[in-house]
Amino acid sequence: MTNQTHSEETSTGLSHNKLGMWVFLGSECLLFGALISTYLLYRGRFADGPAPGDIFDIPFTSVSSFVLLMSSLTMVLALSALQRGDERNNRLWLLTTALLGAVFVGGQVYEFTTFLREGLGYTTSPFSSAFFTLTGFHGVHVSLGVIFLMSLYVSSARGNLHKERAETVELIGLYWHFVDIVWIFIFTVIYLVPSPTS
Amino acid sequence: MSTETEHTTESDKSDDEHVHEHPSDKKYFQIAGVLAVLTALEVATYWLESMPGEILIPLLMIMMVVKFFYVAAWFMHLRFDNSLFMKFFVSGLVLASVVYAIFLTVFEFWHKG
Repeated sequence: MTNQTHSEETSTGLSHNKLGMWVFLGSECLLFGALISTYLLYRGRFADGPAPGDIFDIPFTSVSSFVLLMSSLTMVLALSALQRGDERNNRLWLLTTALLGAVFVGGQVYEFTTFLREGLGYTTSPFSSAFFTLTGFHGVHVSLGVIFLMSLYVSSARGNLHKERAETVELIGLYWHFVDIVWIFIFTVIYLVPSPTS
Repeated sequence: MSTETEHTTESDKSDDEHVHEHPSDKKYFQIAGVLAVLTALEVATYWLESMPGEILIPLLMIMMVVKFFYVAAWFMHLRFDNSLFMKFFVSGLVLASVVYAIFLTVFEFWHKG
């Protein structure tokens, strides 16, 4: 999507919706920065509960991380298809992205229930509270993204999403890619960097 | 936009230029390939138990930053769009990094490891 269509409509010559989305994403950096920093401070405080190094299932999380990463590819392909007027492929890639996002959220639900069975509840320790808050907050972002994507899919299926409205897909895409890059950070810092063990 | 159109180069860009061509689908698949390889390398470090933390952690950080850059630059089109978008995003990113680096320093995170 180019910004050409907005050059005569706004004082900056840029889409204000897109500008607003980038400001929003910039502010989200502060939100996730707070949650990640808090986790880093508390990851060693697991009291009598399970320690992060004992409970994380890296192979499983690696697969779900890969799924989310590839959903960024399908998202950008959905936008690309709509920008060239290919509505059929746009719907296909939107649906694929939503499904990959749902798989990621499903994996997170499975991970959380496994942790609960192993004795790691939300209030078990400062570590568990910080972990569930951070990853849960991210999961909510992904879930909202899936809802947005399905809304776009339904809109397209009803014949209301055309090339002229490609910026709407681009805005949802920016949100989706941001959620992905936050997970790139979380996956490395929380899961892959060696964690304390009990 | 055409899928056959190759991306513009850095030298073609200017703040006043509001029309930008996005990469081809083929380029997107190539970027995804790079991201997949980097993720595989990251995950492989999990089984390298003999690698000391002084090497492992910087290595993981570098791969993370490269992945972050690739998604932001290519999939989010920061490389091709007006630089004002990047300025807004980077402002938030830098502000968050500085604020939370100070926060972690105050709580002696670096000292404790």
